[in-house]
Amino acid sequence: MAIDSMQKTNKLRWGEIDEEEGDFDFLLPPKQMIGPDQNGVKKVIEYKFNDEGKKVKITTTTRVQKRALTKQAVERRSWNKFGDAANEEAGSYLTMRSTEDIILERIRALGSNAEQSTVSGDSMSQLGKPGAVLMVCRLCHKKGDHWTSKCPQKDLLSLMDEPLTAETSTTSIAGTGTGKAAYVLPSMRDGADRKAAGSDMRSRNDENSVRVTNLSEDTRGPDLMELFRPFGAVNRCHVAIDQKTSMSRGFGFVSFVSREDAQRAINTLNGYGYDNLILRAEWATPKPN
Amino acid sequence: MRSCSHQTLETRMRPILMKGHERPLTFLRYNRDGDLLFSCAKDHTPTLWLAHNGERLGTYRGHNGAVWCCDVSRDSSRLVTGSADQTAKLWDVKSGKQLFTFNFGSSARSVDFAVGDHLAVITTDNFMDRMAAIHVKRIAEDPEDQVSDSVLVLQCPDGKKRINRAVWGPLNQTIVSAGEDTVIRIWDTETGKLLNETNEEVGHKKAITSLCKAADDSHFLTGSHDKTAKLWDMRTLTLIKTYTTGVPVNAVAMSPLLNHVVLGGGQDASAVTTTDHRAGKFEAKFYDKILQEEIGGVKGHFGPINALAFNPDGKSFSSGGEDGYVRLHHFDSDYFNIKI
Repeated sequence: MAIDSMQKTNKLRWGEIDEEEGDFDFLLPPKQMIGPDQNGVKKVIEYKFNDEGKKVKITTTTRVQKRALTKQAVERRSWNKFGDAANEEAGSYLTMRSTEDIILERIRALGSNAEQSTVSGDSMSQLGKPGAVLMVCRLCHKKGDHWTSKCPQKDLLSLMDEPLTAETSTTSIAGTGTGKAAYVLPSMRDGADRKAAGSDMRSRNDENSVRVTNLSEDTRGPDLMELFRPFGAVNRCHVAIDQKTSMSRGFGFVSFVSREDAQRAINTLNGYGYDNLILRAEWATPKPN
Repeated sequence: MRSCSHQTLETRMRPILMKGHERPLTFLRYNRDGDLLFSCAKDHTPTLWLAHNGERLGTYRGHNGAVWCCDVSRDSSRLVTGSADQTAKLWDVKSGKQLFTFNFGSSARSVDFAVGDHLAVITTDNFMDRMAAIHVKRIAEDPEDQVSDSVLVLQCPDGKKRINRAVWGPLNQTIVSAGEDTVIRIWDTETGKLLNETNEEVGHKKAITSLCKAADDSHFLTGSHDKTAKLWDMRTLTLIKTYTTGVPVNAVAMSPLLNHVVLGGGQDASAVTTTDHRAGKFEAKFYDKILQEEIGGVKGHFGPINALAFNPDGKSFSSGGEDGYVRLHHFDSDYFNIKI
């Protein structure tokens, strides 16, 4: 009997619900209202069931603007349409709101370009003006502290294989004579691994290169460096960047000094979850024997 | 740890797109109250839009050629348009009715109402053996009384070079003209004498395509195919500022509220063959008026930008492109806080 009365008070007896009415509102989350922000934009989030019985989220964004109008302007609002617009329906599709936000893209000031420029840019010129540019040491990744060449941990890694591009490696030879008196070629430094320069270095890089794919779009060189360093000394790491959009193209290369480190990295990081994507790591070139 | 490649301060806008024209836009003009926007295009039909939401109010039917320019009287009752059909027409803004037609022997390129709206300056192109010229017409209060005679006709030294823009100087005492011959000239309205002109050193190096007056008529901005825009004193014709871009400039505008200058243009010739995966990359570039530095750009057009106009209240602007679209942008509050 108690159950009986409970059932009566509960108006929604499931057996009685008319499917067409779809009055399942109690299943839906409540309506949310995100109040007017600084631009007067108000968002109302409602949930409904659509014709197929699926739960649908409807977000209505409205901007309430107060405008001061001259009397004449107010009068003009009530003008009749003329010319090609006289047939009112014809005109309404001509005007529409863009579906995406357009940004007034700011020009980045000199020196505020973060890691991206120091990895791929001309490090020689940056050495010349230490104060103007954000200093990122590629070895220990401490920003603004010291240059890669002055890294307290530089003996850990063979500096010869810094991510200097082919052009800069030739200019570095020219550069030693010119005023950068303290700069010593990586291959000439104490503790540097002296082998035949040039081609030998390159091929070593390629053999121990790991190709990493499925990177998220804002991954950069230093991120890869940090990710792969625990496995051993990294010669260079590079992320393919689309010049026009400045986003990662989703893949990059990491060159280890030692093959075993590269192998361990591949074994561990293949399938590793990184920044909401699952990485793929494999040999960059077909595994030579 | 995550390296961010985007600047965090962003001014976001949701532009309103108006595709009323089938052909490229040539000119945009707001009325003085800032509630109406007039657009001219190569499709013969100037169009009237509501400035706050881009709703189309009407079109002015009658021209038989591309419409190059327009101006609206201060009370927003009269519209004057210049067209490639060799006429300039006066219209009733509200009804779209043609009030009068000025006939010329060549395309009418630029039109501008004088302060008080009783005079208009119209430039015409060179055509066959006709030379390019600047005509001043009296505008009658009552369209019935309108006559077609010119009060004054001015000619530049090289009649074969187009005069792209001619506008009234402060208090209608002078007329300022600029065009393909790269020289900006100031003429005396009363006598028709040439008072001043820019010299080769400071002047533009290529054709001047666009001109925008400051709200108080004290200075004006010119845009040129030489990839620069220059700011001049309207009385003395002294060069005040120069803004450089990488693309030929087709349209210029000045914010009436902030010290911003906007340039719109095409594409650098060298970049034409590169495929860019992003569409809508033609941008209106914003510059700091005083520091001459680029602040940023607003992308979106699928073709070169041919027309720019600021709403007199400074809170919105519109751009018209080769793609036939008018894009109406309302600034959000961040825009007013931009700092270099």
